[in-house]
Amino acid sequence: MIGSGRERFRALALVLPLLLFILVTFIAPLATMLVRSVHDPVVADALPETLASLAEWDGEELPGEAAYEAVARELVQARENRTLGQVAGRVNRLESGLRSVFTRSARSLRDVTDGPWRGVLEEIDAAWADPATWHAVRAAGQRFTARHYLNAVDMQRLPGGSVARQPEERRIYLPLLWRTLVVSAVITILCLALGYPVAHLIANAPERRANLLLALVLVPFWTSLLVRTTAWIVLLQTQGVVNDLLLAIGLIGEDGRLAMIYNMTGTIIAMTHVLLPFMVLPLYSVMRAIPGQYMNAAASLGAKPAQAFFRVYWPQTLPGVGAGSLLVFILAIGYYITPALVGGSSGQLISNMVAYHMQTSLNWGLAGALGGILLAGVLALYLLYDRLVGIERLSLG
Amino acid sequence: MTAATGAPTAPPSPARLLRGDTLGRFAYLAFCVLVFVFLVAPIVVIVPLSFNAEPYFTFTEGMLRLDAEAYSLRWYREILENEVWTRSLVNSLVIGVSATALATTLGTLAALGLASAAMPARRLVMGLLISPMITPVIISAAGMFFFYSSIGLGQTHLGLILAHTALGIPFVVITVTATLSGFDSNLTRAAASLGAPPLYAFRRVQLPLIAPGVISGALFAFATSFDEVVVVLFMAGVEQRTIPRQMWAGIREQISPAILAVATFLIVFAALLLVVVAWLRRRGRG
Repeated sequence: MIGSGRERFRALALVLPLLLFILVTFIAPLATMLVRSVHDPVVADALPETLASLAEWDGEELPGEAAYEAVARELVQARENRTLGQVAGRVNRLESGLRSVFTRSARSLRDVTDGPWRGVLEEIDAAWADPATWHAVRAAGQRFTARHYLNAVDMQRLPGGSVARQPEERRIYLPLLWRTLVVSAVITILCLALGYPVAHLIANAPERRANLLLALVLVPFWTSLLVRTTAWIVLLQTQGVVNDLLLAIGLIGEDGRLAMIYNMTGTIIAMTHVLLPFMVLPLYSVMRAIPGQYMNAAASLGAKPAQAFFRVYWPQTLPGVGAGSLLVFILAIGYYITPALVGGSSGQLISNMVAYHMQTSLNWGLAGALGGILLAGVLALYLLYDRLVGIERLSLG
Repeated sequence: MTAATGAPTAPPSPARLLRGDTLGRFAYLAFCVLVFVFLVAPIVVIVPLSFNAEPYFTFTEGMLRLDAEAYSLRWYREILENEVWTRSLVNSLVIGVSATALATTLGTLAALGLASAAMPARRLVMGLLISPMITPVIISAAGMFFFYSSIGLGQTHLGLILAHTALGIPFVVITVTATLSGFDSNLTRAAASLGAPPLYAFRRVQLPLIAPGVISGALFAFATSFDEVVVVLFMAGVEQRTIPRQMWAGIREQISPAILAVATFLIVFAALLLVVVAWLRRRGRG
């Protein structure tokens, strides 16, 4: 008999290599991103003395000469170290217009050898006579900050230190988050409406035919996502197959071609197509296990078909409905590729905003914060899924 | 897709009961047919369009008349002669095969450990191992971009192989775990009692029995890597461009029906995968 201690050791030894691999190749990257969303040392490293002299500043009047002297020296230094662009960019996010103030000041300061530095800087740009500039420097100099998270939910920290919502016209992320949730809900409902009858048909077909029909559901599941997205572009574009067809049967005129792609409609159609198999498969496996006798019994007791369906059949399929809907919803809120390719400007979701801040605006802290919020939401939904269905039972075709 | 006229099966099914109302039954079947068309037609339409002689994404009049002139292999010739596409195929294969080998080896070992009742913290470990599958890929890609470039693996084949291995592992762990749940551990005990050393018993008794699960896990992992574009988008340099990355560029820039020819290749490939996995599943059950 093998001792249970030895058995335990054997199990751990088998799992450990993979666990370490995942921790290094996957969990560590996620952690890096989350750390970036709250930690940003660029300004603190570049302007240490400036920030030290701002520590005692009351925030009402302008700071003392020491701060002006330090910033003049450290800006020139940052320019030589080639970090000036990053510093200026970060300050600019807090007070727009400061990017050019910083780069211009650093350039002009090269030729100045002595102060008084306040006069010199104010002559280069009047922004140095505005306390808002110094507030921005001090805020950007914090190594650890909740700023990106506040930003990601359309809030801001006021100079006094209190937190307030952004003015109406500057709120971007909460409306986008809301749009993502609404679109995901719409896609989930569409998948359920399309998938339920199909799953029912397959579950009740004789085995050979059921296998064939199941294969039809699985073909799109296995086909490259990019192929499916390309297919929808080909079909739905204004000069595409669907518009040509509608034109040929006379439903629309030549100038009435429908815009079905590069907008929200395109995103919804293509994503419903992509996610439909994830709805059909769990529904099918639940429906297959429902014995036919129940519906017979309901009918023989005098239930009308609709009544029998809603009182007897539908309640038994709820586990499948729950599992499929939750899975489709979770996959939809994190979706990136399809909206990016067929969504145009109106069909973008929260993931696309993460990508925008990663690749275009280069505001990586904000990308991390938006990603962190999305990740928290998805994980919460998965915990729910695990409770209801069990995570190892994720359908894999 | 004409389930309505199928021969009656022995126990009356709910579907047959719904037949009471013929019109309703007809509507139900028509609806199902439309959904199947919705699922499959977009993919099927790609294939004939890839033989278009004209650089359009739609059927020309000649194609509709089935004019031989309207069809050509020019887009296939174009991708086969274009070094960009052949290089991206090599990249896809190198990265996909390496990531699959790594994911399958590590994943199968871990699944064997996880199947043991003595495994501590089983749920937590399972959750961690599956996390790459449930994390939205844009988040994984962003994190990997930061992390891999900070350790000098940005824009390298090795970095992409490791990243794709991580993404493929959950599929291996899940499928092998599922196969192991149907494995009778008395068989390895019987082998041991007959004097087989543990490794020999694993190789000759357990592995052949769980092989269908291992292979379908490997196919899932390969398909994941072969179709992955977001991590590649963030991490790959020009030297590491894969087929999906090249298609992404093609779709964005609206270049030519050449991408439809590539898409047709990928559809055939997907159909093959589907057949193999279905076959393995049947074998695994039998």
